[in-house]
Amino acid sequence: MTVTRTSPTAESERPKPTTPATAMRLIVPLQGVVQGRGGLILGSLIPCALFYFLQFYLKRHRSPNPSSDPPSPSTSSSNLAELTRTSSRSNLSSRGSFGPVRVSSRASSIAKPDDSAYYIGLNKVQEDPYHRTNNPGGIIQLGLSESSLCLDLIEKWVSENLTDSILGTDSGDLSISGIAAYKPLDGMTEMKVAMASFMSRVIGKAVSFDPSQILLTAGATPAIEILSFCLADHGNAFLVPTPYYPGFDRDIRWRTGIELIPVHCRSTDNFIFSKTALDQAFNQARKRGVKVRAILICNPANPVGNILPRETLYDLLDFAREKNIHIISDEIYGGSIFGSDEFVSMAEILDSEEVDKNRVHIIYGLSKDLSLPGFRVGVIYSYNDSVLSAAKKLTRFSSVSTLTQRLLISMLSDTRFIQEYFETNKRRVKEIRDSFLAGLKQLGIRCSENNAGLYCWADMSALIPSYSEKGELELWDKLLNIAKINVTPGSACHCIEPGWFRCCFASLSQEDIPVVIERIRKVAETCKSLS
Amino acid sequence: MKLLSRKATCNSHGQGSSYFLGWQEYEKNPYDEVKNPKGIIQMGLAENQLSFVLLESWLAENPDAAGFKRDGQSIFRELALFQDYHGLPAFKQALVEFMSEVRGNKVTFDPSNLVLAAGATSANETLMFCLAEPGEAFLLPTPYYPGFDRDLKWRTEVEIVPIQCTSSNSFQITETALEDAYQLAQKRNLKVKGVLVTNPSNPLGTTMTRAELKLLLNFISVKNIHLISDEIYSGTVFSSPGFISIMEILKESNCENTEVWNRVHIVYSLSKDLGLPGFRVGAIYSNDDMVVAAATKMSSFGLVSSQTQYLLSAMLSDKQFTKNYISENQKRLKQRHKKLVSGLEKSGISCLKSNAGLFCWVDMRHLLSSKTFEAEMELWKKIVYDVKLNISPGSSCHCSEPGWFRVCFANMSEETLKLSMQRLKAFVDSAATTNQSNKISRRKSLIKWVFRLSFDDRETIHGDR
Repeated sequence: MTVTRTSPTAESERPKPTTPATAMRLIVPLQGVVQGRGGLILGSLIPCALFYFLQFYLKRHRSPNPSSDPPSPSTSSSNLAELTRTSSRSNLSSRGSFGPVRVSSRASSIAKPDDSAYYIGLNKVQEDPYHRTNNPGGIIQLGLSESSLCLDLIEKWVSENLTDSILGTDSGDLSISGIAAYKPLDGMTEMKVAMASFMSRVIGKAVSFDPSQILLTAGATPAIEILSFCLADHGNAFLVPTPYYPGFDRDIRWRTGIELIPVHCRSTDNFIFSKTALDQAFNQARKRGVKVRAILICNPANPVGNILPRETLYDLLDFAREKNIHIISDEIYGGSIFGSDEFVSMAEILDSEEVDKNRVHIIYGLSKDLSLPGFRVGVIYSYNDSVLSAAKKLTRFSSVSTLTQRLLISMLSDTRFIQEYFETNKRRVKEIRDSFLAGLKQLGIRCSENNAGLYCWADMSALIPSYSEKGELELWDKLLNIAKINVTPGSACHCIEPGWFRCCFASLSQEDIPVVIERIRKVAETCKSLS
Repeated sequence: MKLLSRKATCNSHGQGSSYFLGWQEYEKNPYDEVKNPKGIIQMGLAENQLSFVLLESWLAENPDAAGFKRDGQSIFRELALFQDYHGLPAFKQALVEFMSEVRGNKVTFDPSNLVLAAGATSANETLMFCLAEPGEAFLLPTPYYPGFDRDLKWRTEVEIVPIQCTSSNSFQITETALEDAYQLAQKRNLKVKGVLVTNPSNPLGTTMTRAELKLLLNFISVKNIHLISDEIYSGTVFSSPGFISIMEILKESNCENTEVWNRVHIVYSLSKDLGLPGFRVGAIYSNDDMVVAAATKMSSFGLVSSQTQYLLSAMLSDKQFTKNYISENQKRLKQRHKKLVSGLEKSGISCLKSNAGLFCWVDMRHLLSSKTFEAEMELWKKIVYDVKLNISPGSSCHCSEPGWFRVCFANMSEETLKLSMQRLKAFVDSAATTNQSNKISRRKSLIKWVFRLSFDDRETIHGDR
C-alpha cells in the first residue's frame, strides 16, 4: 500500500507553532510517522489532535470579558465623547455584574445610556433648562418638537367645561363608575367617534374617517410599535426615507427586531424620495436576503417640515403595490399646517382612487396638533380588518386612561372650540416661525421649504469646520455647550448631507427668539473666523 | 395578499380560551336589572365596584385634583406637556407610600426604584422583556390568571412552565412541585429565568404563607433566578392570616446587600385595590438598577396619562382618605365574600377558604358527570348558557384538577349577587332531581336485569341487548 505523504504545509499550518525551529521539531517526527507503518492515519491524527488541544487551551485561557470600569464623568463639557463610548454607564452600580442571570440582552442594550445626539441633547436640557428669569444662562430647548403656543385656549376650555366632561355627569351627579370600570382597551366607542370626526375635520377635509377602523393607544409611540409587530417579523425591514425622526430607531427597532433601511433623499429634491431611490433600497435589501415588509413615511415630514405632493403619494402606492408591501403613513403633524400648500392625507388619496386599501395604515395622535403629549393619546387607523383585529388585541398593553378619554370626548366634540383653536394655532405658529426664520436669515442661515410641523430644517453647512458628519457634530457640540441651545443634528436623523439641523420653535415666545439668535450668532462668528 | 407578521396570525394571544369566550357570550347578552333581567350575569370579571362611593365623595370634596389645580393655581400647562418616562415625582412618592400602607408599613419603598406602566398588564410584559430572552421560561404555580398566557408570552416569546399545585394542600406551593417544574423545563430544553407568583393569588383568593414565601426565596437563591411577585390584590386582603409581602421576608432574612435582593421584583396596580382599571395605572418595583433603567425606557410604550397621575397623587397623598379607604374597602369585601360563600353553601357548593381577592375558588367537582376536563367544559357551558352566569372554568386557569371554578363577587350589586345564587340553586336542585331520577331509573333497570338473570332466561337477555 502506498503511503501518500500529507503535505508538509498542511501539517505545519495546523499546530501553528510559535517559531520556525519549533515547527521543524514538530514536522520532522511527523514526517517520520507518516512514512512509517499506518503512517497516514497517525500522520493526520496527530496534527488534528494537536490542533484541537490548541483550541482547547486557547478557550480555557481566553481573557475574561473586559470589566467595564466606571468611566470618570467627563469634566469637559464636550458631549462628543459620549457618542463613541460603548461601555454602559449603568454598570456604575457598586453591586456590579454578579452573574449571568441579571437581565436579558434586550434590556441591557436598552438600559445603555443614549448615544444619539438627539437624546443626549434632550437629557442635557433637563439638567440645565433655560428660564427667562430663574435660569437665564440655561440651555434653550429647540430639540423637542412640541407647542405651548395655544395651551391657554385649552386651559380656558377645561376650566369652563370640566366637571360635566370629566365624570360624565349625564345624570347630573358625580359618577365614577362610568370611567373607573374596565372599558374596551382599544378605546371607548364615544372616544373613537369623537376622534374620527376630529380627524375628518383636521386632516381629512373632504374625507371622513370611520370610527370602526380606529384603535386608540397611549400615544403615537406605542401605536407605531403595535403596528410594526403586526406587519413584520423579527429580522424583516421597513424602508424609511431620510432624514427621519430619531425616535423611530427606538420605537420600531427596540423590541420588534425590525430593521430600518434608509432611503436617502437630497436637498435638491427638497428631501422628497424618488421612485429610483426606493427601488434601489428595496433591491439592495433583497440582495442581502432581508425581506422588506413596509415603507414608513412621515407626512407632513419630520424633520424637514414639508408636505408630500399628491403625485408622490400616488408613486408610493404604485411602488407598494408592485413590491407587495405595506404603507405606514405617520400623519401626526397633519393639523400643524401653516403654509400655503395643502396637506393631503393618505385617506384622501384612497378615497378618490380605486386602489387596494388593505396595505395602507395611518398613525395619528394628539401630541402635536393639540399640544397634549402628557395625556397620551395615539391612533392606529387601518383599512385592513386582519391588522385591526390583531392590533386591537395588542392595545391592552398601551391603553388610554378613561379619565382622559372622558375629557377629550367632550373637547373633541366641541366643534366650535376646535375650529377656534386651529385658527388661532395656525396664526400663532406662523408668527413664531416667521420671526425665527427671519432671525436665522440675518445670520445667513437659510431653511428648506417648509409648510408644516413645529420646526424648521436649517442649513448650517457654511458653519461646520469640515463637510462631514464629524464637522456637523462639532458644530452641534458647540451650539449645545457654548451657545447653550439644543438643536438636533441631521446625522441623528440619518441625513446624508452634513450640516442640516432641526430647530423646533413652537415652545419659544417672541422674547426668546432674539436671545436664541444672538447665541447662535456668537458661535457662528467663531466658526466663520476659523474657516 | 398583504401578509401579516407571524405574531399577528398565531394564537399566542390565547383569545380562544374559554375565559374569553365566556366574556364574549356575556357581551352578547348582558344582564341588566331593568332592560335585560334574563341576561347573563357577569361573574368572570375581577373588578372592585364596592368602594366607588368613597372615591366619588373624595372627588366631590377635592375638585382641584381633577381640575388640574394645585393649591388653587392651575398647572394645566405643566401637565399637558409632561411626558417624562420617569413619572410625576409627586405621584410616585404618593404611590410608594400607599403601597407601604397596604403592607401595614412593615416595609418602605424607594420611589426611584419604581417604574410606572399602563396597568399591570403592561408592567408584567415589560418585566418579561427585561428579564428573559425569547425562548426562555418562567415557572408559574397553577392555577393562574388566564391573561398571563397572553401578557407574558405573546410578544416576548417567553415560555410558561406550570408548577402544579393540588387541592390536597389547598393549592399551596411545595418544594417537590417547584423541583418538578424546573426539571420539566429542563426536559423541554427551556432555560428557566425565574418564578412568577401572584400574591394574593388569582384565582385562589388566598395569601401566601410565610413558609411558601421562604421556600420560594430559597429556591430562587439556589437556582440563581428571578422572582416576580404580582401583588396587585395586596389591598384586598380582608381577613386573617393577613398579607405578607415578599419584601417583608427579604427584610427579615437580612437580604439587603445580598445577591437575591436584586432578583426580587414586585408588580402593582390600582385596578383592583382602588377599583380604577380604566385609569391604566401599574408599576414595577425593583432593586436592580439595570432592570429599573431598561423598564423606565420601555415604559415609553405605556406611559400613564399626566392628568391621571396628578389626580391620583392628590388622592393618595391624603392620608386620612387612604387610611379610611383601605379599612372600609376591606370591610365591604369581607361582607360580600361572606354573602357569596353562604349563597353557595345553600346550593351545597363549597369553596376554598380564602381571605383576599375579588373572587372565590369554587369546588364543583361533585357536579361533574366524570372527573374529566370534558365534563368540566360541559358543566361550564350549562352554567353560562342555561343558568346564565359567566364564571371562569379552572381549565382556563390551567388547574390540574377538573371541577374548580372562579366566581367573582365584587363587580355587581348585592341584589344581582342574590339573584345569581338563586339561579345557581335552581340549577343545582334540578340537576339533583335529574340525577335522582337517573339513579332510580338505573336502579330499576338493574332490578329488571337481575330479575331476568334469576330466571335464567338467557335468550331474552341477549334479545334485550
